[in-house]
Amino acid sequence: MTLLVNILGLAAAAFIVWWFWLSKNRPEAKAGDSALDIIVDGGVYEPSVIRAGAGKPLRLRFLRKDKNPCAEKVIFSGLDVSADLPLGQPREIVFTPASPGEYEFTCQMAMYRGKLIVEPGRE
Amino acid sequence: MKPVNETTHRLHIKDMSCAGCVDTVQRTLGSLSGVKSAEVNFADKTATVTGDVSPDALVSAVGGAGYTASVLKGEDSDSEKEGEEAALYRDLLKRTIISGVISAVIFVVSMFHVLPMLDSTAGRIAWGIVSLLTLFVLVYGGGRFFTGALKSFRNHNANMDTLVAIGTGVAWLYSTFVVLFPNAVGDLAGHLYFETAALIIALIDLGAALEMRARGKTSEAIKRLIGLKPRTARVVRNGSEIDVPISDVAMGDIVRVRPGEKIPVDGAITEGSSQVDESMLTGEPMPAEKGAGDDVVGGTINKSGSFLFRATRVGEETALARIIEMVRKAQSSKPEIGRLADRVSGIFVPSVLLATVFTLLAWFNFGPEPKLTYMLVTAMAVLIIACPCALGLATPISVMVGVGKAAEYGVLIRKGDALQQAGKLTAIVLDKTGTITQGKPVVTAVEPSGGMNEDEVLSLAAGLESGSEHPLAEAVLEAAKSKNLPAKEVTSFEAVSGHGVKAIYDGKTVLLGNKKLMKESGVSLGDGEARAEELSRTGKTVVFLASGGTLAGLLGISDPLKPDSKTAVERLRKMGLKVIMLTGDNRVTAEAVAKETGIDEFIAEILPDGKAGEISKLRARGERVGMVGDGINDAPALAGADVGFAIGSGTDVAIESADITLMRGSLHGVADAIRISNATVRNIKENLFGAFAYNTLAIPVAAGVLFPFTGMLLNPIIAGAAMALSSFTVVTNANRLRWFKP
Repeated sequence: MTLLVNILGLAAAAFIVWWFWLSKNRPEAKAGDSALDIIVDGGVYEPSVIRAGAGKPLRLRFLRKDKNPCAEKVIFSGLDVSADLPLGQPREIVFTPASPGEYEFTCQMAMYRGKLIVEPGRE
Repeated sequence: MKPVNETTHRLHIKDMSCAGCVDTVQRTLGSLSGVKSAEVNFADKTATVTGDVSPDALVSAVGGAGYTASVLKGEDSDSEKEGEEAALYRDLLKRTIISGVISAVIFVVSMFHVLPMLDSTAGRIAWGIVSLLTLFVLVYGGGRFFTGALKSFRNHNANMDTLVAIGTGVAWLYSTFVVLFPNAVGDLAGHLYFETAALIIALIDLGAALEMRARGKTSEAIKRLIGLKPRTARVVRNGSEIDVPISDVAMGDIVRVRPGEKIPVDGAITEGSSQVDESMLTGEPMPAEKGAGDDVVGGTINKSGSFLFRATRVGEETALARIIEMVRKAQSSKPEIGRLADRVSGIFVPSVLLATVFTLLAWFNFGPEPKLTYMLVTAMAVLIIACPCALGLATPISVMVGVGKAAEYGVLIRKGDALQQAGKLTAIVLDKTGTITQGKPVVTAVEPSGGMNEDEVLSLAAGLESGSEHPLAEAVLEAAKSKNLPAKEVTSFEAVSGHGVKAIYDGKTVLLGNKKLMKESGVSLGDGEARAEELSRTGKTVVFLASGGTLAGLLGISDPLKPDSKTAVERLRKMGLKVIMLTGDNRVTAEAVAKETGIDEFIAEILPDGKAGEISKLRARGERVGMVGDGINDAPALAGADVGFAIGSGTDVAIESADITLMRGSLHGVADAIRISNATVRNIKENLFGAFAYNTLAIPVAAGVLFPFTGMLLNPIIAGAAMALSSFTVVTNANRLRWFKP
């Protein structure tokens, strides 16, 4: 019994590490010419991983359904882009990520997290 | 390029209950003439229509299709947001009160053994009811934690919802299991935790409500700026004045402003004059005199006269709109100091989950009996007491209040990093012209010589200068005008390049210019030479006036100091900063200004493009340099400094050109900015220290590290209260900045 409980505990710990940190299997979306919808609800951005091309205007339309005041701002640190997200109304932000790389976008408190992957532009 | 008449309208569509409705509305809108594109969004029940079409036509077309539409306007969104916030707060408060009352009842019946024991059927029924009541609190008061936790989990994310949902959910599940199967766990472990689960939810709701209320105050500064936006304007159209919504004002429109009214958009006065109160934007308490040709800024208040002006900037282009956008952006940016907290926040919740698992195992392996009870109590306490919110809020909430506070004083901070840098400066470099001085030469001394009096000297000089466009000529003409002296009529006017001017007045040759002109024309200066030297030692440029071969007088022209430059320099020096002046002027003038303002170090005869070089030299000496200058000519020097301060008189300053923009022309703005930055960074440090200390101390205590020594365990209800209070405390501490006086 003791052994079983300990194994279960360690398995739970391993699962936490794998699920929250190691697993890369997150919903992903590719930005195209039209605006990409991102829903802000229940503490997450959906989709939370966005791929876009460098040097191309990126149109993201955030719709905040989450009443939590933490969700009211979205900040792309490293890109100097931020916006206030009104509740229940879409807010479109347009900017052109210049250089390839990975940029995080978060709420003010960095609890809501998403990643913008800017890939080298293709002609 | 958009055609001129093409606009985008947003509509809110009510009664759209199914995806099929989207099609109907979209087709209805799309078929209207003039509509180029119509997009209906079911999720937020809005339609976005682009084309040459009136919003009324859109509303009636949607109405014809059986739906109700209303036009959404950008200007209303801010007040809408406020209404929403108030509604959210009321809703949260209602949930807090109802959950609180039910939790209190559950607490009383649990603690005082009011209900029969579980070994009787009556007892099990009674506790079954308590379980359902608790479930109601969990769903009604805390439903969002559970949905949030689930959503986050699916996205491989974890946040505060996760912790609260697991903590209270497990407490309820375990307790309900005990009620259903009282014999499955031993007597000792048969304790129920309904009151714990219910009270934690009620307390966290209470904390969230308090936090929301306190947060509302943190954005007061931006609300105040938004409140300055006028809603209507009185525009002259087809010869008559009509009131139109602010969004309909176009560039080039002529707008009427009456006394006491807000100026609706930016523009230049075409007719009339008045005094305008610009304090809400610049922090400058004295109203500014405005007449034909002067610029006016939207959002400022017309005090006395009525005037017409031509709109030059409307909509998002106005100074006010740009200021609001800039403050908003700055409030979302973080100084370096906050990045550590961000990194910790990113891994915080999964780490707490791990800590919970290890707490469970530790009590299981090493704890006393009843193990299950200890395991549950400590695990719940660990989950509930951990507060990622306090950590995450510590920096942004202080930045929000600090940046807003600065805006109140006419100090616009562009980025959070500037806040941190401004507090670390060791030297302030001031550009002279327009920064320390008013940037506009005026006649500050008139010394008659020979037979003329002061007024005669001035009006003759004005006569000689009336044809000239030299900046000094402007000062002479302005001086005569201010004393209502007519410029004397001169004839045979002739400019002597680089020296001055020459003409005939009253049959005599009259000269106005520098010493060289006098010498070359054989005018004997007498004691005038010594007096001229004295004037130039006090920073004045001397102009000689001669009539008929003899000296008639001297004019001293200088660029006077701004009235508070001296006190501002003194204040900066008292703050321990080295104050250095940069100027293109000669040494004598520079020295005079430096002496007058109390500046101990100056660099004179610098060419405009040499300023940036001087800044890098200072930085190479190890100074942390703040450069203060106008945003346009000094842009390279501002960019080269650790912190660039653009200073402007009124709102004409280029606000995007520097790290910090001083809307008020006064140098006190520099000291204000530094003091506010220091206070904000101190506030952030307090918050971060509090949040880190709280989490690093509270989590081990909750896990029971003190138990082996003192027998102390943390009640999960206390943990809930502490967690609820911790983020409220952070917000309240940030709010203290609102009362800070620089």
